[in-house]
Amino acid sequence: MAEFLQFAFSGLTVGAVYALVAIGFTLIYNASDVVNFAQGEFVMIGGMATVFIMAAGVPMPLAAGGAIVIAVAVGLLLHRLAIEPARGADAVTLIIITIGASIFLRSAASIVFDKQFHTLPPFTGETPIVIGGAAILPQSLWVLGGGVVIVTILWAFLTHTILGKAILATAANRLAAKLVGINTSYVVGLSFAVSAAIGAIAGILVSPVTLTRYDVGTLLALKGFAAAMVGGMGSPIGAIVGGLLIGLLEAFGAGYISSDYKDAIAFLVILAVLFFMPTGLFGRASVERV
Amino acid sequence: MLGVEDLRSGYGRIEALHGVSLEVRAGEIVTLVGGNGAGKTTLLRAISGVQPVTGGRVLFEGADVTRLSPHRRVELGIAQVPEGRQIFGPLSVEDNLRLGAYRKTHGAAEVGKDLDKIFAMFPILAERRRNPAGGLSGGQQQMLAIGRALMGRPRLLLLDEPSMGLAPILVDQILAAIVDLRSEGVTVFLVEQNAFAALSIADRGYVIETGTIAKEGSGKALIEDPAVREAYLGV
Ligand SMILES: Nc1ncnc2c1ncn2[C@@H]1O[C@H](COP(=O)(O)OP(=O)(O)OP(=O)(O)O)[C@@H](O)[C@H]1O
Ligand SMILES: [Mg+2]
Repeated sequence: MAEFLQFAFSGLTVGAVYALVAIGFTLIYNASDVVNFAQGEFVMIGGMATVFIMAAGVPMPLAAGGAIVIAVAVGLLLHRLAIEPARGADAVTLIIITIGASIFLRSAASIVFDKQFHTLPPFTGETPIVIGGAAILPQSLWVLGGGVVIVTILWAFLTHTILGKAILATAANRLAAKLVGINTSYVVGLSFAVSAAIGAIAGILVSPVTLTRYDVGTLLALKGFAAAMVGGMGSPIGAIVGGLLIGLLEAFGAGYISSDYKDAIAFLVILAVLFFMPTGLFGRASVERV
Repeated sequence: MLGVEDLRSGYGRIEALHGVSLEVRAGEIVTLVGGNGAGKTTLLRAISGVQPVTGGRVLFEGADVTRLSPHRRVELGIAQVPEGRQIFGPLSVEDNLRLGAYRKTHGAAEVGKDLDKIFAMFPILAERRRNPAGGLSGGQQQMLAIGRALMGRPRLLLLDEPSMGLAPILVDQILAAIVDLRSEGVTVFLVEQNAFAALSIADRGYVIETGTIAKEGSGKALIEDPAVREAYLGV
């Protein structure tokens, strides 16, 4: 039982990060149909920029704020320089553009930062909290709590502000959004900025637990993408459930079977879900009322 | 108020509008009739700026708006009720309406008043205000699309086949609403396949055939024109 709890907690911790990456995918996808494979790089920038700003003697909260600002700037530039000029291109072209951007950001990071692993100090110490025989790092609680806070704020923003509703409207019907006067390219830019901020925060929260390096974004983007697909591309609830599910599967797979197979197990489950439920767990059927 | 001069537009290499010119004067209801695929929707979308234009000009109150982005045109007062309603399905009826006033800066109180006006005009929308718009019937969605366009307090309202798929009583109700709008000072450019009713409320009308204006005249003259009667009025 203690072991089970232990695996569950570590699964939920990484799962929360996958979920946040998946939410970033979802936001951008809904606003623009773009699948942004550079989403993982925002997480990397969050962790790495915090490490390097702190190394310059800046206290952690300020460094974290700076890292979020940098990630948002990168997100906006990505939209302005790579996505906006290709407006109207087909989905495959746009995916290739974002993959290209992710490769570019990764190599830029290896030059601006370095190629070493780095970590951040845990926010509130390293003494594990024992619950039901399982030892939980306080930082894991920060990751989970941070995830809950981010999701709550995002939900409130989307459903209670006119700007948030403009994002939802653009996602629901782009033509109609333009016709009521919503500047849809501004909305897409905004969704890149918000996704970048969410990714960076996830990176800052999790770096004390998992370490970070210039190339951690690759696998995170894949896992986050998988989470979004399992949940049903475009569904925010699906992104959260998908992320936690993949995190848990990995942790239990690694714990009960072998850590060599943890990535393979997750992807097998994804394939199985998509085989039986092609639109994902919470996916909307592709037919829409007209 | 609206001037369209030698407008050309298309999809890829296929041109759908081969130089369309027409005019809508302030305070008028102008109806555009034409068969399937004649280019009516393409024209309205080009006027709103959501369809690329390859030649010619769109003038609004004397200013050239051909290169203006859609949201700027909404700010100037051009609203559209698009073909197929195009409501925001997952959002509530009320949110759909409020988004119609997205560009307006006339304040929450005024938006609330406008909302009440729309609800008075289409009471069923008030009943359903908290429901997702996607669950409304076709006729209710059409009312919502019209209400949403009106929430922006347009000076020029473009309507693309608002009666499509509606029961005759609803068609009459919507046409009556359009006539009321004119008396409130809204200029209306109405596209319809259901040509008889649309021409009978119009001050003037145009007939479009395969991307060019084939005829123009007063609503009455077009209804009485034998060629129009045969082609569009089914008589
Ligand atoms: N998305 C599109 N891609 C390619 N061609 C299109 C597209 N939409 C319309 N067309 C073509 O452009 C021409 C004009 O179409 P449009 O929709 O403007 O006609 P319409 O008068 O609105 O017809 P309807 O009465 O059926 O609504 C038609 O030949 C049509 O086939
Ligand atoms: Mg049409």
